[in-house]
Amino acid sequence: MNIHEYQAKELFDKYGVATPAGGVAETVNQVIEVARELGTDTVVVKAQIHAGGRGKGTFKSGFQGGVHLCDSPEKAGEIAGKMLGEVLVTHQSGEEGKLVNKVLVAASVDIDKEFYFAILMDRETERAVIVASSEGGVDIEDVAENTPEKLIRVPIHPTLGLQGYQARTIAKQIGFTSEQMRPAAKLFAAAYKLFMATDCSMVEINPLVLTTDGEVQALDAKFGFDDNALFRHPEIAALRDTDEEDPREVAASKFDLNYIGLDGNIACMVNGAGLAMATMDIIKHYGGDPANFLDVGGGATEEQVREAFRILAGDPKVEAILVNIFGGIMQCDVIAQGIINAAEEIEMNLPLIVRLEGTNVAEGRKLLEESGINLITASDLGDAAKKAVESVA
Amino acid sequence: MSVLVNNDTRLLVQGITGNSGATHARGCLEYGTNVVSGVTPGRGGQVFDDKVPVFDTVVEAREESGCNATMIFVPPAFAADSIMEAVDAGIELVVAITEGIPVADMMRVKTKLAHSKSVLIGPNCPGIITPGQCKIGIMPGYIHKPGDIGVISRSGTLTYEAVWQLTEAGYGQSTCIGIGGDPIHGMTHLQAAQLFTEDPDTRAFILIGEIGGSEEEEAAAWIKENCDKPVAAFIAGATAPPGRRMGHAGAIISGGKGTASAKQEALRDAGIVLADTPAEMGAALIKALG
Ligand SMILES: Nc1ncnc2c1ncn2[C@@H]1O[C@H](COP(=O)(O)OP(=O)(O)OP(=O)(O)O)[C@@H](O)[C@H]1O
Ligand SMILES: [Mg+2]
Repeated sequence: MNIHEYQAKELFDKYGVATPAGGVAETVNQVIEVARELGTDTVVVKAQIHAGGRGKGTFKSGFQGGVHLCDSPEKAGEIAGKMLGEVLVTHQSGEEGKLVNKVLVAASVDIDKEFYFAILMDRETERAVIVASSEGGVDIEDVAENTPEKLIRVPIHPTLGLQGYQARTIAKQIGFTSEQMRPAAKLFAAAYKLFMATDCSMVEINPLVLTTDGEVQALDAKFGFDDNALFRHPEIAALRDTDEEDPREVAASKFDLNYIGLDGNIACMVNGAGLAMATMDIIKHYGGDPANFLDVGGGATEEQVREAFRILAGDPKVEAILVNIFGGIMQCDVIAQGIINAAEEIEMNLPLIVRLEGTNVAEGRKLLEESGINLITASDLGDAAKKAVESVA
Repeated sequence: MSVLVNNDTRLLVQGITGNSGATHARGCLEYGTNVVSGVTPGRGGQVFDDKVPVFDTVVEAREESGCNATMIFVPPAFAADSIMEAVDAGIELVVAITEGIPVADMMRVKTKLAHSKSVLIGPNCPGIITPGQCKIGIMPGYIHKPGDIGVISRSGTLTYEAVWQLTEAGYGQSTCIGIGGDPIHGMTHLQAAQLFTEDPDTRAFILIGEIGGSEEEEAAAWIKENCDKPVAAFIAGATAPPGRRMGHAGAIISGGKGTASAKQEALRDAGIVLADTPAEMGAALIKALG
């Protein structure tokens, strides 16, 4: 799960990660009000969307940039008026862009130097790893590719945590001076504490800045949380903004279905992520185009199967549905009953290709046969993929 | 004959009185697995299905029933605790089926595991089976057949797919190991490949991987230098859009590493026969056998 920058800022404030004062606003009047309260000469207005590269992005209206420096509250209001209710396209947002419903109004700071700082859960070392660089503010992928020696990586011991010397060493290695080292190390320690306490998968601060007053501050924040741990952080789960997500994915997640929308016309419903990916692979192999990834999980109920169908059949791009189930935990008769229920409730005039194998497969096949619904049965995975591709040809 | 589990395996089931724990404990019993005890805190003294004694703690189960392997069906919030309990009780083989354990919990489990003799399989895996002898997990038993082909896989249902293709073609399995799809997990592709390479009763094996991480590459590099047995492989996720999460937290493409093509290249370079599609995994193994 991801959150907005203004929400990240609230977490930073709570855990003591230094960041410029600011507040969120939804209307031009609120923007002016927040800017006045800040009382600084200049403020920064930042579009709140779940995508990076806002500064260099373009609104569909033609207005340039989702991050603006403004020299008066009135100017901030004027700029915000060009952002709110408009769609911002960045290199990370996809062509369709993202609608801006809120802006962050923050005190502007005078930047002396920009750095990069992130903490990630790393599968290779099986640890949280701090990634930091003297090269902040720019695309970190470019730094990683062109000048990897400018990126430092420090794995943190899972139970000992970030030690003081590690934080100080990182600060020195990315170019903070002796005087600046302590405030930088303090910020790193606070960020690490926040990372562990809220089960983050990623915290990225780009840029981390040194101000002309010698302060170290986080000017931007991107957070990812471990979805599996949200059960123990209801306050984090409450920060979810479903407006930022694909509506099909939101609908699916309500029923604990693992769905990702794609652009093709062959919908698939599969149990297990690996088999679901493999099913997409084989559809492509035979010249077709999958409309989605959908893993109904290990122990799907009839209701989940029915809802899965509703989502697939409700997608106007879909021209055929391929069901590929290899039952382990999942029982084929449950899947079959779900398909029958869905077919009775939803009017489906799409070719439906079904391949069932595994636990209770005989019962499942019998149920489908006796139901009289119109479907194409497949004998194996290859056969299913070929038939699905043929059905939309 | 097999690796890790066989007729001598004495299985404990942690979470035996829960819904899926009970269902799959029964499935294992029906298959012929020697299920000797169960653990559910607070249910000590009960007897599961008139056959299996239930204990409050793993230490008690170990002492009373002599279990040497455990199958964990405890819900995600408590699963890490259960794995560590089994490790501390000295259980040799810990098979964690539970899906959805927080990554930070698994990170702590791994530091515990590093100082023990226990082997962890999973979590978020179908389990391990030596056909005809011992089934630990949720896989449908009937698709397997005793034989001399080893199977290693990150994905549950994709493993069944491969096993089914082998069985249909008349090739039985020595042991099938589902190592699980979570980013931080126990046994790796490489460790499983080492076991099969050393096992005199495994003639050849198939390795089923997925985009993300670098375990398949590491296994390939080791196989190239150390393994003379025929090996086949399939990598799922070649067509997954980059940067998107595909269900397994594991399936994330990061920094050009872990792509399907990088993995395929490493495997091919090690002389491993690649299946072009998931429908041809069995065929690839047969081709590798020559
Ligand atoms: N409070 C502030 N005061 C002064 N300058 C700021 C402030 N906030 C942001 N900036 C400037 O604007 C630039 C872009 O801001 P920010 O990094 O938040 O946007 P972004 O487009 O999301 O960046 P990214 O490419 O990392 O996603 C920063 O690199 C910094 O130079
Ligand atoms: Mg930024």
